[in-house]
Amino acid sequence: MVEWTEQERSIITSIFSNLDYEDVGPKALSRCLIVYPWTQRYFASFGNLYNADAIKTNPNIQAHGTRVLHGLDRAVKNMDNIKSTYAELSVLHSEKLHVDPDNFKLLADCLTIVIAAKMGSGFTPEMQATFQKFLAVVVSALGRQYH
Amino acid sequence: MTSLTAKDKDTVKAFWAKISPKAAAIGEDALSRMLVVYPQTKTYFSHWKDLSPGSAPVKKHGATVMGGVADAVAKIDNLTAGLLNLSELHAFTLRVDPANFKILAHNILVVLAITFPSDFSPEVHVAMDKFLAAVALALSEKYR
Repeated sequence: MVEWTEQERSIITSIFSNLDYEDVGPKALSRCLIVYPWTQRYFASFGNLYNADAIKTNPNIQAHGTRVLHGLDRAVKNMDNIKSTYAELSVLHSEKLHVDPDNFKLLADCLTIVIAAKMGSGFTPEMQATFQKFLAVVVSALGRQYH
Repeated sequence: MTSLTAKDKDTVKAFWAKISPKAAAIGEDALSRMLVVYPQTKTYFSHWKDLSPGSAPVKKHGATVMGGVADAVAKIDNLTAGLLNLSELHAFTLRVDPANFKILAHNILVVLAITFPSDFSPEVHVAMDKFLAAVALALSEKYR
C-alpha cells in the first residue's frame, strides 16, 4: 500500500485545484508527441500530426489532452486506492487501446515539465518529489492489468 | 538512440547561449532536485557533509557538472572523442551507474522549464533531451 503524508496529500490537492486543465492538458500531450514522436502511433485517426506546429494546433489533440488530465482527478480523490481506481482504465489501455505501458512514463515526464514551467520556482524540489511519486503510482496502476 | 541532426545541434547551441550565464545556478538546482526526488542518488555523495538543496557542496558540484555540459556543447560534433577523459573518470573512478545520467538529465530539463518557461518549447525540449542522451552515451563509452 502506498503511504501518503499529510504534506504530500495537500501538495497534490493544491497542484490540481490550481490547475488550468484546458492549458496544461493539451500542452503535456502535444509535448509528448513532439519529444517522443513514436507515441504518435496511437493517434493515427487524429488528423494532421506532420510537424510540431500541426500537433500544437490540432483540436483533437487539445481535446484529448484535457480529457487525459481530467483522468487524473479520480486518483486525486482516491489517493489511498489508486490501484483499484484505475483497474478498468488499465484494462482499456491494454485490451482496447493497446498502449505500451512504457509510454505512460513519457507522458508523466512531459506533464511534470509543463507544470514546472507554469509554477516556476514555486515548483520546489519537495513538490516535484511528491508530484512524481503521485504520477509513478498512477503509471503503475495503469500498467497493472496488462497481461 | 538517434544521433544529433544539424538542426538539433543548432537548437542546442542557440539555447545554450541563453543557459550559459545561469549555468551554475541551473546545475545547483538540478542537482538539488535529483538528491531530493531520487534519494538513491545520494549514495554517490556519502562523503559530503550536507546534501540539502543549495548547500555548499551541492552548489559547487552543480557548477562542475554544468561545466562538463558546456564542454559537451563545444564538442557537440564529436562527443565520444571530446568527452573521452570524462568517460574514463566516470567509468574507472566515479563508477556512476549510467542509469543515473538519465535521472540527472530529467532534472536538468525540469530546471530549464522553470527557468525558461516560454523558450523551453517542445522543439527545444526534444533537441536538449537528445543532446543530454548523447552526452550520457559518450560518458558511458569507457565503462566496458
